[in-house]
Amino acid sequence: MAGKAVLTGTHFMNGDEACCEGALAAGCRFFAGYPITPATEVAERMSRRLPQVGGVFVQMEDEIASMAAILGGSWGGAKSMTSTSGPGYSLMLENIGLGLCTETPCVVCNVQRAGPSTGLPTLVGQGDMMQARWGSHGVYEVIAVAPASPQEMFDFTIKAFNLSEEFRLPVTILADEVVGHMNERVVVPPADQIVVKDRLKPTVPKESYLPYQPGPYGVAPMANAGDGYYMHVTGLTHDERGYPGMDAATQVEMTTRLRDKIQNNLERILDYDTVMLDDAEVAVVAYGISARSARGAVLAARERGLKVGLIKLNVVWPFPEQFFRELAPKVKAMIMPEINLGQMVLELERVVGGRCPVELVAHPGGAIITPDRIIKAVQAALEEKP
Amino acid sequence: MISAAEALQDFKKITPKTIPLVEPFSKGHRACQGCGEVLALRLAAKAVGMDMIAVSATGCMEIISSSYQTAWETPWIHVAFENAAAVASGVEAGRKALIRKGRIKDNGSKIVAFAGDGATADIGLQALSGALERGHDFTYICLDNEAYMNTGIQRSSSTPFGAMTTTSPPGKISKGQMTWKKNMPMIAAAHNIPYVATASPAWHVDLMNKVKKAVTIPGPAYIHIYSPCPTGWRCPPETSIETARKVVQSKVFPLFEVIDGQFILTRDIKKPIPVEEYLKTQRRFSHLGPEDIAYIQKRVDADWDRLLKLVQATNPEA
Repeated sequence: MAGKAVLTGTHFMNGDEACCEGALAAGCRFFAGYPITPATEVAERMSRRLPQVGGVFVQMEDEIASMAAILGGSWGGAKSMTSTSGPGYSLMLENIGLGLCTETPCVVCNVQRAGPSTGLPTLVGQGDMMQARWGSHGVYEVIAVAPASPQEMFDFTIKAFNLSEEFRLPVTILADEVVGHMNERVVVPPADQIVVKDRLKPTVPKESYLPYQPGPYGVAPMANAGDGYYMHVTGLTHDERGYPGMDAATQVEMTTRLRDKIQNNLERILDYDTVMLDDAEVAVVAYGISARSARGAVLAARERGLKVGLIKLNVVWPFPEQFFRELAPKVKAMIMPEINLGQMVLELERVVGGRCPVELVAHPGGAIITPDRIIKAVQAALEEKP
Repeated sequence: MISAAEALQDFKKITPKTIPLVEPFSKGHRACQGCGEVLALRLAAKAVGMDMIAVSATGCMEIISSSYQTAWETPWIHVAFENAAAVASGVEAGRKALIRKGRIKDNGSKIVAFAGDGATADIGLQALSGALERGHDFTYICLDNEAYMNTGIQRSSSTPFGAMTTTSPPGKISKGQMTWKKNMPMIAAAHNIPYVATASPAWHVDLMNKVKKAVTIPGPAYIHIYSPCPTGWRCPPETSIETARKVVQSKVFPLFEVIDGQFILTRDIKKPIPVEEYLKTQRRFSHLGPEDIAYIQKRVDADWDRLLKLVQATNPEA
């Protein structure tokens, strides 16, 4: 059974399929989902692949139920996942909030399409970036990754599972239609070369287990329901025992825990690549499919002698604040291409705080941003008088 | 409010000679070859007439009718996947308020929600149940092609036992869809609404009469229309109507009405054909063995007997 979980070798597959394979390689054994373009292929492949590895695929009646089911699956002890696109992600957000509050590890793959509403079901968008950060109500931190190729759909799905297990929270994969539907080479390494992390398990006697008492790096070990440990899981504000505490003090304690487990571990979470950044006068900052355009633009601009570099965000939330604060005085400008009318650029502007100009190259969705537009923005930034 | 039976006292039946010539759902759509669903939709729209306000859930009929501008000749609202019944409730209640205040005239507009089986039996069941319970004066038509065809043939709770879909793939252990089809007409009837009916495009006059009754009766009405999908069922496009006939003749999909809680069989099947004859022309069932078919036959017969008992119990004169 285990042999079939990791399809070691070189494949030609689309990003959705690679996402499914990445999940299986990371140990995912429960998938609950609902059909939606352009994410359906993840579910379709899961329906065939999970039974082969002893896992369970369930098609739910909607996205609300899908998200709720994977929270249950995770508390049952299985690494769990769902996949969707914008409209479904909107429906999932209540239960994503429940997962954040109850510190439930699981993975949500959002293959973004252009919105709002039904929008362009078959065409690309990157309009759910802020929704992934702030979409559920209340006070919390999130982790989200942004793959830019089918290979990264495989790699980052494993990464998403590892982060979710390590930090006990739902992690969103912010993919997009082009990455999901494009077919490319995907290399699946041998199983023993894939780093797979599992949630901390309680080491204390069953009677003294506290399901929300921060452990080694601020994250509480998690028992499985039914293993005999005391368990009280609620979306109400709760203390270390999981008991509701209907007062401000418990709220402060709980939200501090939710914040600190992310903010105090940034060095373990943040992930970005840089390309030719050392002597760059202009930095292009991009993620997802727009990072592919940006890479093309940076390479072409370098051929023309323009001093430009690329920062590709692999983890988009939390945002690498410190890095950009330090970079800002060293460059003439930063340019961010994204397939929305300006979302992550707001975060970049906030972090840079006026230390260098930040330019947006925007597209509202339905098409990718072409490298030409980014090159033009680079040229314009280089011509600006300081 | 008057009962459904009272509202139908002077009901003028549509006959082959009096089929309405209007086409509220018109040309200019891009349904697949042989689509039974778009035919059912067109017939239903003809029966409602030009004073229809249509509310469409996301799905095949929404996508195919609005891609070349529009095939709708009447007001049309496309909503999200799950909320056709809720939006139709709002349209009805909003108009009622404006009519009561004298802001608009009651021109007899008929509010009709159209949704597929996924939008009805799965994601939209909650909204539908709420609307039926509140008693809005509207008609809800479920066009049932027995899977999520718009996204590429995924199972729904309305997919019949044994059917192959991309998320119910048959294999060594799996038979394809492993659960029995959810009985939506009975769920609707359990809300004690004035009118529930099932229809098949193979009996087009019957279908239109049921829709006409539904919009004539005050209060909520639910119609479940069997809608062959050659693309998703893997059968030749020219066999759509034949399939829509065989499903009734094999007792798999009985045609009946529930008027004020009374069950009426609109088509008694005295000499049923075996379910195998219905199943064998569709490749979605091609992996099923004799045991599976015997199981389906047994359950179909049992469901039919149960329906007959409901007819006898609620409608002893029939």
